[in-house]
Amino acid sequence: MTDLTKTTTAPEPGLIPLPAAAARALTLVGGIATAASAFLAWTWTSEFPGDLTITGYPGGLQWLTFTGGLLITLFALSGYGIRGLGWLLPAGNNGPTVLTALGAFGTTWFTVIAIAVNLDGLVNLEPGAYVAAVASLLAVIGAFALPAGADETHNAKAAFAAGLRKGGIPSNTRIVIATFKGLAAYIGKPDRIPAPGALAPWVERAVITVVTAVGLGVFTYGIDTEYGELFIGYLILVVFAMWALHSAGLTDRFSRLVAHHRGFTLAMGFAAAIAFPFTQTDDHYANIGVNILIFGTVALGLNIVVGLAGLLDLGYVAFLGVGAYTAALVSGSEFSRFSGVQFPFWAAALSGAAASLIFGVLIGAPTLRLRGDYLAIVTLGFGEIFRIAVNNMDGVSGPDITNGPNGIPSIPDLDFFGFKFGEAHDIGGFTLGRFANYYLLMVLIMAIVVLVYTRAADSRIGRSWIAIREDETAATAMGINGFRVKLIAFALGASLAGLAGTVSAHVTYSVVPTPYQFAGSTPPNSAFLLAAVVLGGMGTVAGPLLGAALLYLLPEKLVFLQDKSLLAFGIALIILMRFRPEGIIANRRNQLEFHETGQLDVPDTETLADDPAVTKAGA
Amino acid sequence: MTTSTPTPVLEARNVTMRFGGLTAVRSVDFTVNSGEIVGLIGPNGAGKTTFFNCLTGLYVPTEGTVSYKGTVLPPKPHLVTQAGIARTFQNIRLFANMTVLENVLVGRHTRTKEGLWSALLRGPGFKKAEKASEERAMELLEFIGLAHKRDHLSRNLPYGEQRKLEIARAMASEPGLLLLDEPTAGMNPQETRATEDLVFAIRDKGIAVLLIEHDMRFVFNLSDRVAVLVQGEKLVEGTSEVVQADERVIAAYLGEPFEGDPGQAEAAEVEAAEAAADAASTTSTKGEGQ
Repeated sequence: MTDLTKTTTAPEPGLIPLPAAAARALTLVGGIATAASAFLAWTWTSEFPGDLTITGYPGGLQWLTFTGGLLITLFALSGYGIRGLGWLLPAGNNGPTVLTALGAFGTTWFTVIAIAVNLDGLVNLEPGAYVAAVASLLAVIGAFALPAGADETHNAKAAFAAGLRKGGIPSNTRIVIATFKGLAAYIGKPDRIPAPGALAPWVERAVITVVTAVGLGVFTYGIDTEYGELFIGYLILVVFAMWALHSAGLTDRFSRLVAHHRGFTLAMGFAAAIAFPFTQTDDHYANIGVNILIFGTVALGLNIVVGLAGLLDLGYVAFLGVGAYTAALVSGSEFSRFSGVQFPFWAAALSGAAASLIFGVLIGAPTLRLRGDYLAIVTLGFGEIFRIAVNNMDGVSGPDITNGPNGIPSIPDLDFFGFKFGEAHDIGGFTLGRFANYYLLMVLIMAIVVLVYTRAADSRIGRSWIAIREDETAATAMGINGFRVKLIAFALGASLAGLAGTVSAHVTYSVVPTPYQFAGSTPPNSAFLLAAVVLGGMGTVAGPLLGAALLYLLPEKLVFLQDKSLLAFGIALIILMRFRPEGIIANRRNQLEFHETGQLDVPDTETLADDPAVTKAGA
Repeated sequence: MTTSTPTPVLEARNVTMRFGGLTAVRSVDFTVNSGEIVGLIGPNGAGKTTFFNCLTGLYVPTEGTVSYKGTVLPPKPHLVTQAGIARTFQNIRLFANMTVLENVLVGRHTRTKEGLWSALLRGPGFKKAEKASEERAMELLEFIGLAHKRDHLSRNLPYGEQRKLEIARAMASEPGLLLLDEPTAGMNPQETRATEDLVFAIRDKGIAVLLIEHDMRFVFNLSDRVAVLVQGEKLVEGTSEVVQADERVIAAYLGEPFEGDPGQAEAAEVEAAEAAADAASTTSTKGEGQ
């Protein structure tokens, strides 16, 4: 660890000219002060949500500042080479420190500004707020004075200096470019992250368990945020913290661990998912949870179609609608066309999936002969046909099946062998409300869908989907019946969405045509589903789930954005596609970077096999 | 070289391909016998690749039939591969974001049966088939010498290895006939030499090979027979010597001699010089190859 930091004999000074020792001290002091400032009173009135008035006890956004300060302190201490914290910075770079400092700074300053804006004026700020602002600023200054240690700063500075020499004063654009390159040098991930030393399997499992628990905690905190300001502060901190972990190389190490213990991680993930409703006291948040799961399940189904088989489907939400309508029709609702019929849930779920499958084959059979853009447009059309048809099957414009725009209301709650989903149950001292019941049911369905996805992806059929996506002509020349294989992907994706739809009909009490459209400001709709897949990472399991969670939470929590949320998403997606086109969670194929540099002169695996032994000392 | 009783593997009868008013391939009869390496040459735009596409089912011939071991092939690429004809592409068409091993496993598609249900249920049959496929694919990777790169993405391989991998992927479908569309395009002399050895090794496995190529030395070294396609028509077919000596072939490649033709003596002189240069370079590449 320490020897690695020393290998850069003459470290590049940071962007801010300060001696390295002073910079390090400043960062540490800034971090500690930031954390401490959370214990001061920031404002005099409890009008600002979260009550930031009490000295000695942080509230609301102050907890975020506290966490941010703690993270800075940890990274700064690790930079000092404190024993036991070396694992935080395996590559010895200062990027993580800079990023956490930026995160804490962002959250703190956002809070301070929000107080001043919400309560009309700086007078509402108590001295504690100024202390917090200055402390977090100090940490940022200190972090930017740390040596960057990457070649890019050097290059940027050289370019800057060359510009100075040539033209006297460098043009503005040059300064901007140089600054950006300098910033990129700070926050970029180093090329080589030393491989970790061998850990005992039980330690690795313990690490995975702890990470899952922390992840559940962070996620639960996000869902439970009560007001928009807290959620924004949370987002700022989480994004920067995750970025810091990524640039420290810790996410890479963790995904390696996950690759070794795939089954165990999956089990832990589901354990965490099941644990979620037990951490909730308010059923409202379980409602958010169940909706995220429905949205995520459908996104995962879409991931088979888009991520694996590469078929751009813009009308996918129609399959969710088919499932929901089928379940509603056989639910025994008095407004259903077949009000006398009441299927048990397993039969309703199967018929919903089957109906979606049939619908998928019907749509797929004529359209899958098309490729690329043509397919996208035709699926978009079919998606809209579904909504319009359902809207018109009210007995006036068409046959009386779906009750038209009124939909099918008062769908009864499920009843599983006497376990009534509509009622709260006490399990081991925890009260599970209606939505928590449905949440647990959705976790089960999610487990099925994840199993279907992973098994299908890693098989002959999954390989042929990927082959079709990569090069359809070559795939058919290898003996793959393109049409058949694509139709299977389409039908499988459709039936998984239909399955999720059957639950969603019961959760929302009623089904109406409006949510099943191409684009709207609230999920689910086809555009949101596609965005969840692309944003999270195509072709992965965790990606679409994370994307779905994000895209569901953002409009839910940021109510004040309203119509502008679509604009915000658009901008966010563009930025993401520019800087991380593979999505938040990269595909396994992109993780082959472990073996390769992405260039043509790929080193052979034999040479790589020696690497861990060489760099073992690093961890 | 050839087996004593040549049985036809591929028979194209009267194959014609028209695109609107343009006749790209005009009533070509063509046969490849088992254990044979046959070259198909012709100037650019002669219709070689179109003819290839007719053979592999990418195009439906306007007239004529293509049969493999006596059965007429349906004009669907995946059925042609199923029947036992595998191909490579002129411009490499690997599955760029799949690993080397996965590329070859995709080639095994026609020789395995496991569908979606078996993938979801993961019975013992599924595991056995996956294991067998992987073993077979690894054998092929050993054969072309890429086994050590099994987990690399195919797009990260150097050019020559991509060509090899494409051949391995085609061979994974256990073909009786392998069609190679310009297998040495863009290769340096050493790589071309290596490819020559590879094609012979493939033939020794009992797979007939039909290749399109512009590298004349490569074609004439390898092929038991060479067919020349000019403007969609088969001009000559025969052994390397016959084809090389044929005046029509020379005319097709170099043009008709014009009136003020340089004297016979000068032509002979040029030829001799070329031959000498050829011989020199051949021996040198051979030397490097060994």
